[in-house]
Amino acid sequence: MTTATATRPEPGFGVYNLKLGMWVFLLSEVMFFTSLIGAYIILRFAHPEQFAAPGEVLNVPLTAVNTFILICSSVTMVKAFAAVEKDDQRGLQLWLVATIILGSTFVGVQIYEYIHLFADGFVPNAAEYSAGGGPLYGSTFYLMTGFHGLHVSIGVLALIWVLIRSMRGAYSPERLGGVEIMGLYWHFVDLVWIVLFTIVYLI
Amino acid sequence: MQNVDHAPPPYMMIWGVLAVLMFAKVGVSLIGMPQWLSIALLIMISLLSALLVALYYMHLKFEPKKLWILAAVPIPLVIIFLLFVMQDFGGGP
Repeated sequence: MTTATATRPEPGFGVYNLKLGMWVFLLSEVMFFTSLIGAYIILRFAHPEQFAAPGEVLNVPLTAVNTFILICSSVTMVKAFAAVEKDDQRGLQLWLVATIILGSTFVGVQIYEYIHLFADGFVPNAAEYSAGGGPLYGSTFYLMTGFHGLHVSIGVLALIWVLIRSMRGAYSPERLGGVEIMGLYWHFVDLVWIVLFTIVYLI
Repeated sequence: MQNVDHAPPPYMMIWGVLAVLMFAKVGVSLIGMPQWLSIALLIMISLLSALLVALYYMHLKFEPKKLWILAAVPIPLVIIFLLFVMQDFGGGP
């Protein structure tokens, strides 16, 4: 089956199979992140003494800027898709590069944040954290943000693969499945962070 | 091709709205208001932002209605999950 055939809507849900598969995968990811958030909620409410107030331990302004970077990466990703819809190959590649840079920056800032938190003694398995949080805070924080960071990192690698394929002329208005599927994943990662940022950093 | 059967969504406008909503969340968290009101506002703004991303950036607004139904499947599951989780608050660990 060629890629062109693969982007033809199929009977049933009315979308091509690759897109349907990505949606089903993303919906399973919703439940995955819900389980992490659920664990955070129950532990935080059951042991409030182990969780510091927002901004007491975490760097909210830095992460707010990082959130803005991820939001920007979503618009560059969707512009890449809009470019391939118009068969604008140069635009596609430029917007993909922009998305890769922004995604990498997000991961870099998160690593920078981790390094500083570790230096301050805020580690996942700390027996005691003196600045207002306990081990449950560290464990849940690193679990949620770490898994999200892993998703972003995988997304950046996948974007690089899509960029390489675009340079080989793999995409056109009739063959844009790879870009669209990549976009769905990337926007989902952005969507999850919008929720995580609120729950972990602001509430 | 199904993706070009509609006018291009206002991507940059959505980006602007998302940015404003994001900084509004930070503002809400900094303003000294009752905690319940702050949490309610933050959750509402987050859900609105997530909805905008799903509708316009993930193009759900332009997809067949059957896909909408599929995309909505996790919503009741998430609510059930969180409601059951909250049953543990009273008893502690």
